[in-house]
Amino acid sequence: MDVVRWFSIMAVVYLVVGTLIGVWIASELAWPFLNFDIAEITFGRLRPLHTNAVIFAFGGCTLMATGYYMVQRTGATRLWSNNLAWFTFWGWNLIIVLAVITLPLGITQSKEYAELEWPIDILIAIVWLAFGLNHIMTIAIRKTSHIYVSNWFTMGMIVMITYLHVVNSLAIPVSLTKSYSVFSGVQDAMVQWWWGHNAVGFYLTAGFLGIMYYFVPKQANRPVFSYRLSVLHFWTLMFGYVWLGAHHLQYTALPDWTGSLGAAISLAMIIPSWGGAMNGMMTLSGAWDRLRTDYILRFLVVSLAFYAMSTFEGPVMSIKTVNALSHYTDWTIGHVHSGALGWVAMVSMGALYHMVKKLWNTEMYSDNLVNVHFWLTTIGTVVYIVAMWVSGIMQGLMWRDYDEYGTLTYTFVESVSAMHPYYAMRAIGGIIFNLGAWIMLYNVVMTVRQASAARDTNAVPAKA
Amino acid sequence: MSDHDKIYSTRFQDKVERSTVLMFVMVAIVVAIGGIVEIVPLFYLDRTMTHLSPDVRGKVNSKEISPIVWQRQPGQSLDDWKPGDGVRPYKPLELAGRDVYIREGCYLCHSQMVRPFRDEKDRYGHYSVSSESMYDHPFQWGSKRTGPDLARVGGKYSDEWHRRHLKYPREVVPESVMPNYSFLEKGKISAEQLKKNMEVMRNMPFYPAPYTDADIASAKSAVEGKTELDAVIAYLQSLGNHIKFTEGVNYRD
Repeated sequence: MDVVRWFSIMAVVYLVVGTLIGVWIASELAWPFLNFDIAEITFGRLRPLHTNAVIFAFGGCTLMATGYYMVQRTGATRLWSNNLAWFTFWGWNLIIVLAVITLPLGITQSKEYAELEWPIDILIAIVWLAFGLNHIMTIAIRKTSHIYVSNWFTMGMIVMITYLHVVNSLAIPVSLTKSYSVFSGVQDAMVQWWWGHNAVGFYLTAGFLGIMYYFVPKQANRPVFSYRLSVLHFWTLMFGYVWLGAHHLQYTALPDWTGSLGAAISLAMIIPSWGGAMNGMMTLSGAWDRLRTDYILRFLVVSLAFYAMSTFEGPVMSIKTVNALSHYTDWTIGHVHSGALGWVAMVSMGALYHMVKKLWNTEMYSDNLVNVHFWLTTIGTVVYIVAMWVSGIMQGLMWRDYDEYGTLTYTFVESVSAMHPYYAMRAIGGIIFNLGAWIMLYNVVMTVRQASAARDTNAVPAKA
Repeated sequence: MSDHDKIYSTRFQDKVERSTVLMFVMVAIVVAIGGIVEIVPLFYLDRTMTHLSPDVRGKVNSKEISPIVWQRQPGQSLDDWKPGDGVRPYKPLELAGRDVYIREGCYLCHSQMVRPFRDEKDRYGHYSVSSESMYDHPFQWGSKRTGPDLARVGGKYSDEWHRRHLKYPREVVPESVMPNYSFLEKGKISAEQLKKNMEVMRNMPFYPAPYTDADIASAKSAVEGKTELDAVIAYLQSLGNHIKFTEGVNYRD
């Protein structure tokens, strides 16, 4: 379990770092002088660092911590290989260090959320397969008869992310730091968004639904509301999510059939998504009163509310008429963050607090700080997404507006200057959220120190 | 009958849940379907590419519309191409500029994909077609317009305007939020690296750039004394004027 501890701590560290870079680049858009004419910190180079830090550093460490934790708990067994687990820990962190070095230098494949160059891509594949092998082999040596639902979701994520990463990263190297995608134009676009949306669908959704199915029942101390619903949720999600990438390319030069197919399945995805959200929420039946005192449970429940909201918003945005307005605007950014901050980050925080208490066998250093963190996270997220909703819809409407003479009402740059107050508001939302992350880090570090100190003092008389 | 033997769902689901191998195989099959159905046909359906689409091809053959892809005659160099001759691979300096465009993450704020709407036609120009990005490894369609679309920016502004705007955007457009790219003026282009890049582009498995040996050899003189700023400007000026579109013709299915 030591490796789970370290993954948990690093997850909190990367949460602070990743959202801090987010705050910085959000501020660069509001106040461009913050680029300081330094190539390495311009928006275009730091934005991939922000997305990689939150998705792969924070999200990845959370997934591996919870993945290793859940598979042992639900299988009543130890990890198949402890050494391999440590290999994934050091390997994953090495990848993160390489990302921090290469992305500000402009070493990129330019595929969103898959920017890292080919040598790092190979390293990712190796470490990911090591994680997958260890996880699946631990399932194989379980002492229980059935595989627990959380591990289905984690397994689905492991398989799909392997497919996506390998196909989307196919490139021909020119040098150690430069390569070109083997695909081009329309095919490359479809492959990229097949990856792009399923990084969301499998990495950030299936993986975290696994977390939800374990930690919500554990923290609420109730069984999962409906087993049958979880079966339905799992297979429809596995089958359906894969198709959605095409809705990122509505009205582009991608053939119409592909985009429409993507949109149709996107709409249908409301059913499994809401089924899953309901399943999580209803798990609390009879335990709702605990929300008053259990701050960790608050994180988990509110994360499900955000999950339900953004999985409703997503299908709506994939409808062609809505997409015509929303695409290319900040609305998309708002949508992503309602999922990333509201759902992924909050369910992770709940799970991480739960694990810290169990792993160090202690109470939190301060429950009040958990509550403060909860409110900062919620308020920060709401401020962020409201700012992006308003700016996104306004942008979309300004671009398509015609005056009475039949000419475009606004120049492009008028829409840019109209965004300024919302970009500032977004940065403030990000600062509030980031403040919460610092508090979590402080609380976790103090909890661990306290627990270690208690263990040491207990150990002394035992020896004597 | 103990609790462990009880079946809560279907017999098959129960079997899958008890077997690691079966669960793995089932998942591996189920998650593969969507991607295969949506991606594989794009490689063989003619209608995916404008220049291969039967309707468009017929009109090009009967000279009703201008060519979609440039048909280079033997002995012609890339400099013999004129706007409207059809899609061609990037010239050496343009390709170098495109690499800088990718390095700086320009695609994060600028799309290169005009949608078939009235306002986009008025603002940017004719809607984009698939063949226009056939030599783009990787594609640069983008997903966000913090700045305007660039698919048809070629020829709209002078080189001098671009130079001033890239170096200090707010000198030309006060409301802009773009970073200053004055540091590009100090960056030199390596002809050796560029030749290697062109060589790789020529050997792509899908839509390789039809560079001749002479094209690749011309890289050295093309980039001599040029800065990264010059290269980006050359790239921007090459965008969007390859095809001469005819009003009223449907270029997309």
